[in-house]
Amino acid sequence: MQILRYAIYRFATMLLTLWVVSILIFIIINLPPGDYLSNQIAELQASGQSAGVAKAEFLRQEYALDRPLWQQYLIWVGFFPGPHGFSGLIQGNFGWSFEFDAPVAEIVGDSLWMTVMVNLAAVLFVYLVALPLGVLAAARARSWVDYTSAFVGYLGLATPNFLLALILFYYGHKHLDLPIGGLMDPIYENAPMSWDKVKSILVHLIVPTFVIGTSGASAMMQRLRANMLDELGKPYVETAIAKGMPPRRMLMKYPLRVAFNPFVADIGNLLPSMVSGSVLVSVVLGLQTIGPDLLQALKSQDMFLSAFVLMFVALLTLIGTMISDVLLVLLDPRIRYEGRKS
Amino acid sequence: MTHTPDDRFVSVAPFDPNPALLEVERKDLDAPNWLLVWRKFRTHRLGLISGAFLLFCYLLLPVIGFVAPYGPNERHAEHLYSPPQSIHFFHDGEFLGPFIYPMTSEANLQTFQWEFIPDLESPRKLRFFCEGKTYKIAGVIPSDTHLFCPPEVFDEEVVPFFLWGSDRLGRDVFSRILYGAQLSLTVGLIGITVSFVLGIFFGSVAGYFGGTIDWVINRVIEVLRSLPELPLWLALSAAVPSNWSPIAVFFVISIILGLLDWPGLARSVRAKFLSLREEEYVRAAEMMGASSGRVIRKHLLPNFLSHLIASATLSIPAMILGETALSYLGLGLRAPAVSWGVMLNDAQNLASIEIYPWTAIPMLPIVVVVLAFNFLGDGLRDSLDPYQQ
Repeated sequence: MQILRYAIYRFATMLLTLWVVSILIFIIINLPPGDYLSNQIAELQASGQSAGVAKAEFLRQEYALDRPLWQQYLIWVGFFPGPHGFSGLIQGNFGWSFEFDAPVAEIVGDSLWMTVMVNLAAVLFVYLVALPLGVLAAARARSWVDYTSAFVGYLGLATPNFLLALILFYYGHKHLDLPIGGLMDPIYENAPMSWDKVKSILVHLIVPTFVIGTSGASAMMQRLRANMLDELGKPYVETAIAKGMPPRRMLMKYPLRVAFNPFVADIGNLLPSMVSGSVLVSVVLGLQTIGPDLLQALKSQDMFLSAFVLMFVALLTLIGTMISDVLLVLLDPRIRYEGRKS
Repeated sequence: MTHTPDDRFVSVAPFDPNPALLEVERKDLDAPNWLLVWRKFRTHRLGLISGAFLLFCYLLLPVIGFVAPYGPNERHAEHLYSPPQSIHFFHDGEFLGPFIYPMTSEANLQTFQWEFIPDLESPRKLRFFCEGKTYKIAGVIPSDTHLFCPPEVFDEEVVPFFLWGSDRLGRDVFSRILYGAQLSLTVGLIGITVSFVLGIFFGSVAGYFGGTIDWVINRVIEVLRSLPELPLWLALSAAVPSNWSPIAVFFVISIILGLLDWPGLARSVRAKFLSLREEEYVRAAEMMGASSGRVIRKHLLPNFLSHLIASATLSIPAMILGETALSYLGLGLRAPAVSWGVMLNDAQNLASIEIYPWTAIPMLPIVVVVLAFNFLGDGLRDSLDPYQQ
């Protein structure tokens, strides 16, 4: 029961954080002088097209861009009635994209799920790679396994993600015949889910997952290795060895169990950087996630679209962190329910 | 050691009145702290090499124009996408000193590309300590002496020398990488200064005063730490007006990079303060009437400044990579400015990696510098607590 209470508490703090984040994002989005519509109006007036001006003026009123900033914010979130009553993020209205002349929800559409999927795949990759390699590197410390994994990890850490993506893409295509660009073959783009479509997506995911996950996996691996090494020096390990326990079983049963907690807790720290990485890699590789949308919207000052994408990215990390916190409590009863002390 | 008949032990080693204080193996730890740190750091081979390398790079920055044979934006319209050239020493088995073979360009009408073929008949000697384009040492003193220059001009035939090839406008990649270092390497320093000031200020205020301030700052830290950095960097740099000068953009971008980095630092500062503020010497200082600002600056900060420096060293690479990513996406530094990220903008698609792989060379200095900072930081962190074995 207590765990449920903790989960609810954690959910509430997440909502609160999200609210603060929404203010922050709204301020950032409004930092550039002017907005998409007023820029457009100025442009239209300069070229003498009055019909467009009327439409832009209409849109400005429609989306309350002519009101003071604090009112705009409240209307955007949905705390305050706009021209059409309460209709903001809370009510499920994500706003209007001026550049594409369509609702934001329609434009981001599927790419939301693709974003979630890419990031999930990367998290899975991090765990699947870091866990065995970290344990192996600790158990065979100062052997070639240890050094090779450390070397690859350092390289992954130091190479700019986007270049790693390009290079892996190039060589993956040349030698392994991996597909280039996108998240699936174009023929499946609007097709219903089928086994072939899933297969196509999986093949397309290989390189992006690898690129996004490498630096995270190496950081996590190093930490797991350090924790494991700490544990391996303790007397209980010696006792287990002295009693003749098979090394593999001993390793899995005791030191790993202790070293596992930081491993789970870490995902909270890793997630922001991985989401960052996924945005960058998506832009470079042309994946249909919200990364390219964000870049485009930011460049053209399409504020509702970029604000929504930023909110979504923030939400993704916040949910991930929350899940890892709750998991950690499940895993380690010593952690107090009031929340982690820093 | 000898055992005398009256049961005493006497050392046989001759008495040394002046034992060498600087000796590394000396275990009596009576030397000043920095010396102890240095002794321990010296044993950390990788960190030491990295530190020396970085120091060398930074010292080179003001005189970069001397090393680079060309200016950053000098174009060679006849040599677009010229491949890298190597320096030769022997021509037909005869030692000539460093020379190059001039490249002759030819249009391939099948692929519509320029093809460059080295002319193996006419070796041209490189010149050293020669006169070239005027540059400014540290941006002040004008000079036109270069470390090495392309071969001399014969019969109006210009033989350019591109060690690492040339880019799509015929600019020397090698020279541009050197000039790019000026911005790419300083971006991290400015960013880390911003992050340091903010982190120490907020961290120490939160840790020292506690209570409501602590709570508020802690929440802010948590919010900022839970956000993905890159999208926020993108959003902030998109807000930089496009009519600003490259220098202004450069400073704003470095500040933006630092603005999102301080929470991690503030967190560790705060944790240190929480444990240190209960110490007797802090109470003693307070009782003697020291202001809280003085207690923080004189009594608390010096305790762990070295740790902060180590962690700062470890977060500089993130900023260098951040600048590269921003410039690469076209939201960071802009064209007339030269940085490694701006240069990589040229290597943006698969076609250029396939056809002109040398446009991706700026990646090498990035990897090397980032690795060096990581190793240096690791070495510093390990050696900053000299009393720990």
